[in-house]
Amino acid sequence: MEQMAEPVLQATGVSKYFPGAIALDEVDLRLYPGEVHALLGENGAGKSTLIKCLTGAYARDGGAILLEGVEIDPRDPLDSQRLGIGTVYQEVNLLPNLTVAENLFLGRQPTRFGFVDHRRMKRDSARILAEYGLEIDPGRLLSSFSIAVQQIVAIARAVEMSGKVLILDEPTASLDREEVELMFSVVRRLTARGLAVVFITHFLDQVFALCDRATILRNGRVVGSRLLREAGQTEIVTLMLGRQLEAATRTPHEAEPGEVLLSFAGFGRRGAIEPFDMTIRSGEVVGLAGLLGSGRSETCAAIFGAAPADRGEARLRGLPVRLGDPREAVGHGLAFCPEDRKIDGIVGDLSVRENIVLALQARQGWAKPISRARAQEIAEGYVKALDIRLAHLDMPIRLLSGGNQQKALLARWLATEPALLILDEPTRGIDVGAHAEILNLIERLRARGMALLVASSEMEELVACAGRVIVLRDRRQVEELTGADISPDAIVRAIAGEEEAA
Amino acid sequence: MRHSPRLPLYVTLATFLLALIACVAQFPAMLSWRVAANLLTDNAFLGIVAVGMTFVILSGGIDLSVGSVIAFTSVFLAVLIRDAGIHPLAAFALALGVSTLFGAAMGAIIHHLEMPPFIVTLAGMFLMRGMAYVLSTDSVPVTHEFYGWLQSLYWRAPDGGRFRLIGFLMILTFLLAMLALHRTRFGQNVYALGGSAQTAQLMGVPLARTTIGIYAVSGGLAGFAGIVYSLYTSAGYSLATVGVELDAIAAVVIGGTLLSGGAGFVLGTFFGVLIMGLIQTYIVFDGQLSSWWTKIVIGGLLFAFILLQKVLGWATTARIRPATASAARS
Ligand SMILES: Nc1ncnc2c1ncn2[C@@H]1O[C@H](COP(=O)(O)OP(=O)(O)OP(=O)(O)O)[C@@H](O)[C@H]1O
Ligand SMILES: [Mg+2]
Repeated sequence: MEQMAEPVLQATGVSKYFPGAIALDEVDLRLYPGEVHALLGENGAGKSTLIKCLTGAYARDGGAILLEGVEIDPRDPLDSQRLGIGTVYQEVNLLPNLTVAENLFLGRQPTRFGFVDHRRMKRDSARILAEYGLEIDPGRLLSSFSIAVQQIVAIARAVEMSGKVLILDEPTASLDREEVELMFSVVRRLTARGLAVVFITHFLDQVFALCDRATILRNGRVVGSRLLREAGQTEIVTLMLGRQLEAATRTPHEAEPGEVLLSFAGFGRRGAIEPFDMTIRSGEVVGLAGLLGSGRSETCAAIFGAAPADRGEARLRGLPVRLGDPREAVGHGLAFCPEDRKIDGIVGDLSVRENIVLALQARQGWAKPISRARAQEIAEGYVKALDIRLAHLDMPIRLLSGGNQQKALLARWLATEPALLILDEPTRGIDVGAHAEILNLIERLRARGMALLVASSEMEELVACAGRVIVLRDRRQVEELTGADISPDAIVRAIAGEEEAA
Repeated sequence: MRHSPRLPLYVTLATFLLALIACVAQFPAMLSWRVAANLLTDNAFLGIVAVGMTFVILSGGIDLSVGSVIAFTSVFLAVLIRDAGIHPLAAFALALGVSTLFGAAMGAIIHHLEMPPFIVTLAGMFLMRGMAYVLSTDSVPVTHEFYGWLQSLYWRAPDGGRFRLIGFLMILTFLLAMLALHRTRFGQNVYALGGSAQTAQLMGVPLARTTIGIYAVSGGLAGFAGIVYSLYTSAGYSLATVGVELDAIAAVVIGGTLLSGGAGFVLGTFFGVLIMGLIQTYIVFDGQLSSWWTKIVIGGLLFAFILLQKVLGWATTARIRPATASAARS
């Protein structure tokens, strides 16, 4: 059937050059009506760049785009929106200073007598969002909602815009399972109407669950295009990486953990996380599992002092310690790699090198600057170790691909050689190859005696790396799994525990 | 409940009411039509530029040229009417055209050359002041019967206070600006730009058109304020209205608009202007205080409002997501 249908959108020979890098080299892409097309590739392969070239956010340096057989040349995102191409960009969500309704309708507000009809906008927004199971007041500021809600609003906006093509660049990164399912059902409804959908993600299971076809990019070139029902996961991964991926399953923590590094008693923060007791030992990886909003990130933030605890006490190597703000925490050898790198982490205009040595410099104090040569050495070391793809260390970090920014952020905290490293969603937006690398890295760090606290929504990841998993539900620690008890099933059961008991 | 975007506006309103109550408690005579009428008349030109400044600041920019544009316009009008013998109405149209184009040109430079608005409009400020000097270094009086007629238009309040035309023009400007900002797509784009230009662009906001439009509005309104100023003083003087751009910025900030853009209301600016006018009136009534006290009080208020915005900012961010790693960001 696909062979007969004409492609909705056909891009041929799309190229894009950046100073010092060829981001896209003669890329072809065909999108068929009613199909979900996965765009796959490592971090920095050029996926986001391809999208931006298609929608006119970047001016392409070559190539042609046909929409329903007619050549188009979108000059800016507005152009492509008008042509019926709706897009969720990777790095951009929406405008936090506008209301939900204004965000949904920006650029195509309903008007009455030439004036924006706010009432209708709100009414329509409520209707649209209800389809996504969101019963929220669209008249409130976007910033007053959680990241997940914002992400759904962004998807809803793109869907509303997409008359012909819907493009989703890593839309599921901050959604939990149910929300992902919801998004899938929306996408399936759209494809049933004959829309063509592009879906970019690093979650291969989502690719196989939703997509019909995949185009794989490597270093800015198309290395293959496959019908997914004819291809296996290994084949796809091998295409992406250009090599075979060693199996990442292993039994963590053969070794006994060392002595207690940090212990908490009645530690908590009102409105964020219920008081909990916990110990973390050197040479141990503690996992934090739970649904979105269950208090995973809040636990991390409380320990690091970013949203400091207001009750209970913490002890560091047996001595009482105050963790009132991040600076104190860093001083005590803690490090925290947050989940939302755009808000909490990267300093976009600073170079990659400066971003990597930032935390180390902050800990040393600004009076003792790190020499440029040493900064270069440190940065080079981590760029190599984490395989961060960049043109040179002087480029502003915002020009890196999403996943590479995430790796650079990780490098920043590794550079401080902390006693406890807190990782909140360490592999979000990171490709399969690097995913395995990061799990290996966690194991290596643990073996060197570092303590790690890893919060993740991916059970498999926790199973692969943690020696102990603490399960959170409704901002409360509900269960602790150790050793052989840790399995995805056990975690899911613990998360869902209450409903089963009832 | 999380903080509503209206909160700073309410704080401005409350400040205005408090100030009014404090004034009236001391000088009951201040509660009169006459004072109200003078408040509007004396602050008409400031109100009008402050409207333009609200657009600019909401979009995350700044326009330092407006004070010079007012002075230039007033001299330009006076010279046109006196030396060229042009009818004031035609001169008004010319002045509005020039100032709007000037604003648009600054907007175009800011957008296309990616220059910071601060620098571009600072250059604009010197340029316009210089142009005013070129036209005339002396104060040029305007004597035209049409001017006299316009100045004689007023509505007489029961106690004899005169609500003059220029006060109404200011109020009209505010009303139109409210419509434009809150009820048109252009207005929404202004807010979007103030939120994040990059995001706005990816969401389909036409950056070039919006930026140029914003500075054209500011320039045009500065020109209009120049016309009003010229009606107010019946003269054109190249040394006039030095520092008015800063008063306008102050009015906008006291009006509750976020200095970094993206949040605020025109109505707030209106009350910001009134608060500043009220302080001045108080000093006039008092008769003893130096008029520098106006500046001191406004300085204090500005500081208080910037602090308020910061606190509100913290309150929201702390609630929504734990702000992390101040060390990492510093
Ligand atoms: N504006 C820019 N200037 C210079 N280089 C850039 C720019 N934008 C992207 N690049 C480079 O182009 C390459 C492709 O980046 P792109 O964002 O398309 O990757 P991606 O496939 O989306 O990766 P990820 O999965 O990490 O999001 C990267 O090496 C990146 O550093
Ligand atoms: Mg990307």
